[in-house]
Amino acid sequence: MSIECKGIRKTFGDFVAVNDVSLQVGNGELVALLGPSGSGKTTLLRIIAGLDSADQGQVLFDGEDAAARDLGARGVGFVFQHYALFRHMSVFENIAFGMRVRPRSIRPSERQIRDRVSSLLSLVHLSPLADRLPSELSGGQRQRVALARALAVEPKVLLLDEPFGALDANVRQELRRWLRDLHDQLNVTSVLVTHDQQEALEVADRVVVMNRGKVEQVGTPDQVCDNPATPFVMSFIGSVNVFRGRVERGRAHLGPLTVPYPEHPGAQPEPAAGYVRPHELDVERHGSNDGIWATVKRIKRMGAVVRLELVHGGDVLEVETTRERYDALRPAPGDQLYVRLRTLRVFVGAS
Amino acid sequence: MGNSSMRRTRMRSGPAGRIVRIALTATALLFLFGFVVLPLVAVFAQALSRGVQAWGAAVTDPAALAAVRLTLLTCALAVPLNCIFGIAAAWAVTRFEFRGKNLLVSVIDLPFAISPVVVGMMLISLYGLHGLVGPAMEARGLRVIFALPGVVLATVFVTMPFVARELIPLMEACGHEEEECARLLGAGGWQIFRRVTLPSIKWALLYGVILANARAMGEFGAVSVVSGHIRGVTNTVPLHVEVLYDEFNFQAAFSVASILALLAVGTLAAKSFVSWYSRQRGGNPEDGEIA
Repeated sequence: MSIECKGIRKTFGDFVAVNDVSLQVGNGELVALLGPSGSGKTTLLRIIAGLDSADQGQVLFDGEDAAARDLGARGVGFVFQHYALFRHMSVFENIAFGMRVRPRSIRPSERQIRDRVSSLLSLVHLSPLADRLPSELSGGQRQRVALARALAVEPKVLLLDEPFGALDANVRQELRRWLRDLHDQLNVTSVLVTHDQQEALEVADRVVVMNRGKVEQVGTPDQVCDNPATPFVMSFIGSVNVFRGRVERGRAHLGPLTVPYPEHPGAQPEPAAGYVRPHELDVERHGSNDGIWATVKRIKRMGAVVRLELVHGGDVLEVETTRERYDALRPAPGDQLYVRLRTLRVFVGAS
Repeated sequence: MGNSSMRRTRMRSGPAGRIVRIALTATALLFLFGFVVLPLVAVFAQALSRGVQAWGAAVTDPAALAAVRLTLLTCALAVPLNCIFGIAAAWAVTRFEFRGKNLLVSVIDLPFAISPVVVGMMLISLYGLHGLVGPAMEARGLRVIFALPGVVLATVFVTMPFVARELIPLMEACGHEEEECARLLGAGGWQIFRRVTLPSIKWALLYGVILANARAMGEFGAVSVVSGHIRGVTNTVPLHVEVLYDEFNFQAAFSVASILALLAVGTLAAKSFVSWYSRQRGGNPEDGEIA
């Protein structure tokens, strides 16, 4: 089932949680809503689910206004961040719940319920734990029960609110991969809310970056990474070095750098900032005329990559380089290195 | 998470600390003994001062039995009413945002703050012979004051907060994600209440019911104003004790009083059992199941 949000707006008192957001999710797609806390992503997800109502705008499921349907009849599976398992029911009963509460005429038989729950339990690798109570499970296991419970009603749409937010890093990694596999297997239209860019980029077909209730960019993980539409996306996805300054007469003056900027030929200066990612910087022992000299302050070796923290004037520059390059240069704290920018993205406007 | 905060820590104390500890413990025990245990024992001693037979005669007196019946009937009506009110109030306060919510929360506590005599006077001013609606109801053959409805109304009023006050903090702590989840899974309102909400609040509910019941059985002031003390008709057990006492029938008064005291001790035992049992069953202090 496809989802379309049209001009959604939601306020809580004076706070605008979601500000005129429009969004499309295709049938069978897995989309991540990515943003910092307070960006409105969870509110948007709850509005799609029907748990909150929008002040303005519409949610369409397959082109049909979802508000017309009763909450239970929307065909939405929702996975809460803190699982929201029924704490007094066993794992089995939690998963069976959605089938047991159906009206008698369309309720599956006890046998069918049993079969369906067993197949879901094996899908989430929890068959031996059917009789446990939620309090007897680990966080990762609880999350998988929550997912199985949501899938039990054969939802047309699966909504996940920070599904791995409360888990350990290695469990998250594993569940992330598993969720992607599961999605490929079931092909349910899914929307995942996360504040973890790694998670969004790894799992989703498309990423919706949100900030302060607005959509900053929608794109594939590659597009969002390589062609950030706004300074916010640039700095939210991955680390970044910023050079602040101004543009005028077709040139950008950004701290120690001056680069051509033909998009702004006028004489009127405008504030601007240049962004470059740590891995887009090269370091050398010898200077030329297109970079800047900086002093090595700290060196962090992280497996295959090495992070160098350099100081230029009062500014700190993060550089990420390969292990090979590092071994060739052998820099030590206090050394002067010449830094060259392979690329620089300039955004005009105060930020 | 819950474990570390629940672990008991005892301050390391020098000799001075030990003296303070002993002094405080002794003071508490002395007060408890002097003001609670001793009077309780005295009641039973007085009740049995002329032997078990005299005690038996006093408690099986028709007027005494009528008083017990009335008290039980009053509880049987007042406690379920409070249950319904308590669940509805707790649900409204913890699940919805509405204007006047804070006012509702404060008003729930009002019956604890008002003197029971004033509660009785309030009922008289409404339903009494010269009250606001009393004459109209009397004309339709419904008597409230000096009759069972008055006794029940007074009891409902004074026991109003018990169930709600037990449920509100618990339901606040549990949040309503489980209920939202049940809704999305297709459950209707009643199914959500019966299958999701009720099981998670049942121990707190039972606890509130026990407390409300204890208070309902023992209520004196408000009931005294509205009952009219009609022997064998509108006398509850506490009122009957007073009547006997006023007639200088001390031994009988103490005998009937001892029944109330026994009921109180029984209630206390039930209360302790419920809180102990719910801790055993709750199992998951992390989720704040037990308030």
